[in-house]
Amino acid sequence: MSAEPMLQTSGLIAGYGNAPVLRGIDLTVPAGTITAVLGANGAGKTTLLRALSGLIRPTGGRIVFDGVELGGTPVEHLVRRGLVHVPQGRGVVEELTVEENLRLGGLWRRDRTDARRALAEVYDLFEPLARRRRHAGHQLSGGERQQLALGRALVARPRLLLLDEPSLGLAPRVTAEIMALLRQLRDDTGLTVLLVEQNVRSALSVADEGVVMALGRIVVATGPAELRDDEQLRHAYLGF
Amino acid sequence: MNAFPPTLPAPRRSTLLRHLAVTAAAALLLLGLTYGLAPFRNYQLATMAAYLCATAGLTLLTGLNGQLSLGHGALMATGAYTVALLQNALGDAGFLGGWTLIVSLAAAVVVATAVGAVIGLVAARLRGPYLAGFTLAVAVVVPAIATTFDGVFNGEQGLGVAVPPPPAALGASFPYERWQAWLALAGALLTMLLLANLVRSRFGRSLVAVRDDEVAARLAGIHVARTQVLAFVVSAACAGLGGGLLALLAQSVSPGAFSLTLSLFLLMAIVIGGLGSLAGAVWGAALLVALPDLSHLLTERLALSPAVAQRLEGNLPLAVFGITLIVVMIVAPGGVQGLLRRLGRSARLSWSTRRG
Amino acid sequence: MQRFIFLTLDGLSRGAVYAAFALALVLIWRATRIVNFAQGAMAVATAYAAYSISTATGSYWLGFGIALVAGLMLGAVVERGVMRFVDHGSPLNAVIVALGLVLVLQAGLGMAYGNEFRPAPAPFSRTALSVGELALLSRYDLFVFAAVLLVVLALALLFTRTPVGLRMRAAAFAPEVSRLLGVNVGGMLTFGWALAAALGALAGMLIIPTELGLHPHAMDLVFVSAFTAAVVGGLDSPPGAVVGGLAVGLILSYVSGYLGSDVTPLAVLVLLLAVLLIRPAGLFSAAARRTV
Repeated sequence: MSAEPMLQTSGLIAGYGNAPVLRGIDLTVPAGTITAVLGANGAGKTTLLRALSGLIRPTGGRIVFDGVELGGTPVEHLVRRGLVHVPQGRGVVEELTVEENLRLGGLWRRDRTDARRALAEVYDLFEPLARRRRHAGHQLSGGERQQLALGRALVARPRLLLLDEPSLGLAPRVTAEIMALLRQLRDDTGLTVLLVEQNVRSALSVADEGVVMALGRIVVATGPAELRDDEQLRHAYLGF
Repeated sequence: MNAFPPTLPAPRRSTLLRHLAVTAAAALLLLGLTYGLAPFRNYQLATMAAYLCATAGLTLLTGLNGQLSLGHGALMATGAYTVALLQNALGDAGFLGGWTLIVSLAAAVVVATAVGAVIGLVAARLRGPYLAGFTLAVAVVVPAIATTFDGVFNGEQGLGVAVPPPPAALGASFPYERWQAWLALAGALLTMLLLANLVRSRFGRSLVAVRDDEVAARLAGIHVARTQVLAFVVSAACAGLGGGLLALLAQSVSPGAFSLTLSLFLLMAIVIGGLGSLAGAVWGAALLVALPDLSHLLTERLALSPAVAQRLEGNLPLAVFGITLIVVMIVAPGGVQGLLRRLGRSARLSWSTRRG
Repeated sequence: MQRFIFLTLDGLSRGAVYAAFALALVLIWRATRIVNFAQGAMAVATAYAAYSISTATGSYWLGFGIALVAGLMLGAVVERGVMRFVDHGSPLNAVIVALGLVLVLQAGLGMAYGNEFRPAPAPFSRTALSVGELALLSRYDLFVFAAVLLVVLALALLFTRTPVGLRMRAAAFAPEVSRLLGVNVGGMLTFGWALAAALGALAGMLIIPTELGLHPHAMDLVFVSAFTAAVVGGLDSPPGAVVGGLAVGLILSYVSGYLGSDVTPLAVLVLLLAVLLIRPAGLFSAAARRTV
């Protein structure tokens, strides 16, 4: 495992219109780890991911991904570099079939054979998707959609995966499966994950690092064990 | 700290009086103007006034109520043909005095209102591109009706309009164009007075409410469909009056004069003038008359062959309109009036901050 | 009975053109939620380009090809140069800008070529071939069917079986997610407009020889008819556009044949009225509107 962090931001400022939502984020995400980003609604967690993937242009600070400063890199180019963002709500394209959604993840790749191989691997990983490959996106259940979104991201063979609330609307068992899968991917392929979650328990069950945001800043950055055990911290920022 | 005056709706009596005062002042000013202008300029002023009736009505419909109509040229045609048919009928029957004009124009308004009601009833059920497409169809198809019912409307050639001379009371040497200007300006002033009062009334506020948020308006107790049909009817009446006046001014009507292009012109005029502002309608009407005039000057200056000059002259205003429209919509969607308002606001702001 | 068959085939032939045009409208609607009111004027412009090339070189087919290429270019230029800058906050904006474009195009053509009717010859005979006593289709009609069928199939294949088609659909349905997966959404939009404009150009080239001649307003009524067809089928549905186009062609053919061609414009208006009042979302749509 390299000592170079997969992602590092310093003083990141971003927002919508005149009001900054992120007020100077210093974040380090080590390679091959799962970092959980926690915090109340409105803390800026989603905004952070959107700033990282370029959907929002930061107005201040730096983002360094895999040793390269992102600067003004257009959103469309990031997937080539290995940064894949699965947005809140999953972003399954309802009008397309499962297969088409998955293929979308590999379109940027020149090598068609490699893309086909990645697709086959994802079908192996997610058996329900393989069964329903010709079904339209809107016919899938919540859990299947999450699998589809994740599978589509994996077809792109990411090095850093930005996940925004994957457990949203899912049953606990399904959430546990997703988390287990993340752990498996980290262990098998060295995938780095930045996981934004409202479901604190699930997130802490897989995270190697934990970060808590409040009002656009990082207030705590520590290991998940500390987050679980420190009652004051839990009450103040995590609501339990 | 700036203490802005509270913007409460003005009580009705003082608004009406204010509008009457402005109208009277404008009437006096314009009267004086018609004595100073050359005959051709008076004719242009008259034409502008006729267009103003239509653009003001369209401002109410599209600017304030948000219903896009591409068919108001057809409504003007309705008024124009009504005036033509009635004037000719009255003339044939031996009646020819100044009062025939009032009858014809009133009839034009009534007929246009009826047609507007029918279109409005359909339009109230449509939104967005469906409304635009439907009114576009009206604009394209209605001129074709003149060809379908050839006997009455005389097809592409159109009809001449029998217009009585100015009243004898004005004197034998009264310039005809001045009389035309008086007629048209009277119509325009009446229309503006009416619409200005409507805009400030409860009806005017409900128009804007429906445009901004239909669901909220409905929840607030506004009958949305009725408001929209009424807006259409009012704007149709104005367009009918404008068309009727045009028929009297040009002393002829033909389908070519009221084609889709006219409908687009009207829309362009109110957008460039400033969507939603009656003052903007004045700018728009002025533009409708000024642009062809300027392009005529330009083609004369360039000394081209008559064939090329004719091509250029007919089409240059359209091209300029189109380009201006695209630029305005992209750069300054508030039109001329919006620009002026913005300039006025920033000037006022800098003045008050300097004082404070 | 003879007349009925003739009118039916003739209606289908015109209907094929309306189908192509309506399909162009639907393409742009699906990608941008805009009805391209300038579609007709753009088609006329490409037809004039064909006219110029044909008269200069004497080759109809060269002109035909140029029209399609001009369509691609014009569509791309309009999207990139004009529509991209329109504020999509209010739906009125795009409509008004498109109408401004109509004025500019028709005025420009009038200035360059004059407003008179220019001859627009058909490349094949327009006399109906007879089978026994029955007058059926002309060679030109067969050409129209073949051209539209070919293009519609090609587009269908493009959209459903190629990576570019997948990108275009994804860009239209979910632009943000598509960007995150590396799709150049802006580029796909431009390409969509280019294709739609080329389709409109094809429709123009096919129908103008059957009308009175080439002039700047030649496609006005065709636009209205094709818009009606698109509404009939449902603005969201490409198969609906094709069915709608054929239906409108048939209906207008019967009206023109049995009631006289003077009534045709009125018939279009009545048809549009009927569809908008009865089923505004189109025959092929399933969407329900929520009202208060």
